[in-house]
This record gives sequence, structure tokens and C-alpha cells, in this order.
Amino acid sequence: MRLSRICAIFLRQLFLFKSNPTRLTSMFVWLIIDIIQWGFISKYLASLGQATFSFITVILGAVILWGFMTRIQQGIMMAFLEDVWTQNFINFFASPLRIREYLSGLVLTSMVTSLAGLLVVVAIAGLGFGYNILRVGTLLLPFMLILLVFGIAMGIFVSAMIFRLGPSAEWLGWPIPLVLSLFAGVYFPISTLPVLLGAFSKLIPPSYVFESMRTILTTGTFSGDLLSNLLVGGLLAVTYLFLTSRFFISIYRKNLQSGSIARFNAEAF
Amino acid sequence: MVDGAVLRITDLTKEYGSLRAVDQISFSVGPGEIVGLLGPNGAGKTTTINMILGILKPTGGSIEILDRNLAEFRSEISKSINFAAVYAHMPANLTVRQNLYVFGLLYEIKNLKEKIHLLLEEFDLTVFANTRAGLLSSGELSRLNLAKAVINQPRLLLLDEPTASLDPSISQLVRAKMKRYADHTRAGILWTSHNMNEIQAVCDNVLFLSRGKVLLSGNPRSLPAEHGKKDLEELFITVAREPLRLKE
Repeated sequence: MRLSRICAIFLRQLFLFKSNPTRLTSMFVWLIIDIIQWGFISKYLASLGQATFSFITVILGAVILWGFMTRIQQGIMMAFLEDVWTQNFINFFASPLRIREYLSGLVLTSMVTSLAGLLVVVAIAGLGFGYNILRVGTLLLPFMLILLVFGIAMGIFVSAMIFRLGPSAEWLGWPIPLVLSLFAGVYFPISTLPVLLGAFSKLIPPSYVFESMRTILTTGTFSGDLLSNLLVGGLLAVTYLFLTSRFFISIYRKNLQSGSIARFNAEAF
Repeated sequence: MVDGAVLRITDLTKEYGSLRAVDQISFSVGPGEIVGLLGPNGAGKTTTINMILGILKPTGGSIEILDRNLAEFRSEISKSINFAAVYAHMPANLTVRQNLYVFGLLYEIKNLKEKIHLLLEEFDLTVFANTRAGLLSSGELSRLNLAKAVINQPRLLLLDEPTASLDPSISQLVRAKMKRYADHTRAGILWTSHNMNEIQAVCDNVLFLSRGKVLLSGNPRSLPAEHGKKDLEELFITVAREPLRLKE
């Protein structure tokens, strides 16, 4: 793996932002709208009942962290789609660029843009609604790491599906976070789900994050169970990352056999 | 086969199911030599080029570039080759300079900014340095493709219809530039074109492909007469329409 080639893929995406600032819309605007809307909803809910926890912290925290994971997944997908739409694969893959370097470049792009987005929304949530992301304490770091790794895995998975099925498979990438959010316990505890669906949640790394986060924020305690939960979530996320990376590389090799790389465009499928 | 060849192809084959797109072709390109790869649409020219570029896996045979097997040393070899083709798009939403910068990083070019400056001058692109590739005319785009194709000073250059859609004046400049490049750097060039005058002007050798096989090969200036044709164009038409008759 050569850093200069990873940087080339990263720079190629960065140049797009520089040449067309409207692309920043996708980075910030939706997240900001989400935060403002959920901020007011949380404020309203807090004014209704006598909850033992802060709606702002629980709901806005969930929205921010889930938005971060979603941005990571969609960031990878969008960077990949950019190359699909502009039909750059021949020039890229005929160069010394290796598939792992290409993938790393996409991941780096998505991480940088998502972290920038996260900083902005945390600042808005803090200034507008008094939200403090650090209330979760040092566990915030493993929480975010699990979401980051799983977001990358999902981004690679969707890109692999597009690589396999063609550009029209783009639609797969958009509803995935929405579907996963049902099982990840982002907005409600997993115990709310029917037993069968709850069992499915055990396979989704973010469910460990959001369950743990809710426990900390509602009880204010850190139990040993939390750490083992995070360990399971982390291991699952790493496993998904490994599997989806292998999947993407196997699709690339298949495309080398079939000639799809040379004629990868909408008409080819 | 040429000793010390830049490119040596042996029994190269590509099958798609029951279709043989390329059927056991063998040829070589020597240092400083320009070889024309000719044939009607669907003859297997682009498939052959894609296999040499490493973006399409052959079903059989071998590709050696600078005496190393492509299947084993693809990443190392790809630093020494490059290509330009009308169908291989440069990122349209990047400027000319940004495109060259990105590809310079991919090929790990040293003193990249200086190299880009020289390429912009050499290919008459300085005035378009900050113009997005998607806004260039086809002639300007071809020059950008060629600038990218020589950014790493390749020892093997693959040019798939490099002058398609160019006016005669620019075509002539491109031909002269590429011929000079082969002479100065001793790079081998594999050149496809449907313009027979162009092939006659630049190529030292030609290969006629038909239905994935090499039907004829030789000097483009003497080959037509050897087959009773008045020029290369007439020979091409015969290859395209009656390949079997020519074989007999």
C-alpha cells in the first residue's frame, strides 16, 4: 500500500468539493436540519413529562451518532459513485493503483468529511440546545469507533453491490441506514421490539452502542456489562469490515474476468 | 519475436463463454517501435489492449512487458506503461491541472509540480490549466489524455484511436509528437486507428486482427502490394469483408 496513491484518491474527491461548493450541502445541510428538528422535538417532550433523564442528551445524542455512521456509509458510496458516473475506472485501474489503495482512499475521504460534519452538528447542538457530547464520558471513543468501523463496512458493502450489479443498484445504499436503525435501537430500547426482531438486533453492532449509551445516560452508572457489550459490538463491527472488504475485492476480481471494469457504465448492465 | 522486446504477447486468448474474442494471438513490440493494431470493429483490438493494461484477465497465453510476466508483476509493470483512449475518460469535474496532479500521484512522479508545468507547455494546455476537463473540446481533451499518458515516461505506450475526432491539423501534431516520443525515449508504442493514412505514416509494423486472430502482419508500406491491393485502406476493407478469402 502506497500513501501517495491513497492520497491521490482522497485528493480527487477533495478537488470536487473545492470546485463545486454545493457538494458541501450533502455533508452538512441534512445533518443540521436533523439536529434542529430533533432538538425542538426533544425540547417539547422534555416540557411534557417528568422524565428521569434529559431528552436532549438521549435523543440528540442518538441522532448525532447515527447521523455520523450514516454519513460514513454514504460518504464511501458517494465517492465510489463519483467514479462510476464519470467512468474513471479504466484510467484508475490501469495505473499502479491497487484495489486496497483505492478502497482506503474512499474510506479516508468519507472519514474526513464525516468528522467535519460531526464537529459542525455537535457545535450546533451545543449552542442551540445545550447538548454536551462529552456527558457519555470516555466511552464516547469506543462508541464512535464501533459506529465508524460498521459505517465503513456498510459503505464498502453497498459499493460492492453497485460494483457487482451496476450503477442502478445505487438505490440499495439509501434505505440501509433507515432499515438498520429499526434494529439498532437508535431511538428506542431493543426490548421494545418483538422477540424475533430483537434477536436480529444482536447481530447489529450499533445496537450495543445505543443500548449502552442509553443505560449510561438514564442510570448514570457504568456497569461491567457495558464493557462486555462494547467488546461484542466491536468484534462484530471488525468482522463485518473484514467480510465486506473481502466481498468488494472478490467482486473486483470477478469484474477483471468479465471485463466489466473496462466497460463499467450504466449501459453495460 | 524481437529480442529485448518491450512487449511480448504469446498465444493470448480471451473467451467470453463460447465466444473467443481474442484467439491465440502472438506478437511483440520492440524498443522505439510503433506497431499498428488494425481490424474492423469487434476484431479484438480493445480487448487485447485491456488485457495488456491488466484490467481484463486473459483466458490463456502470456503477456510479458520488459521481460516480466504481467500476471505476476502487474503493479510494478504498470508503473512503466500508460495509455490514452477516447473511451477512457479523465475525471470531467476536475481541472486539467488537478487531473494531472491526481495521476501524477498515482504513478508516484517525483517533482510533480514541475513535471505538470512541462506537460502543460508541451501539450499546449497551459491556458486550460484551470479549466475543468468536461469543458474542453475533443482536441483539448485528447491532448490532456496524451499528457496523462506520458506523465510517467512509459516504456510501453498504448494508444487506442488517439486521433479519433481530431481535426487533420491536430492529428498531424499528435502523430509527430508520439513518433518523437518513441524515437527519443525508445518506448514501444501499440497504436490502433481506423485511419490507414495515419497508420502508414507512423507505424513500423502492423497487425491485422480479424475475429480475434492475427490475419496478417508486416510493413504497412509494403503489405498492400504483397496481397495485391493498391493501398492499406483497400487491404483493410478486404480484411473486414472477406477475411477468409484473404487467408486463402
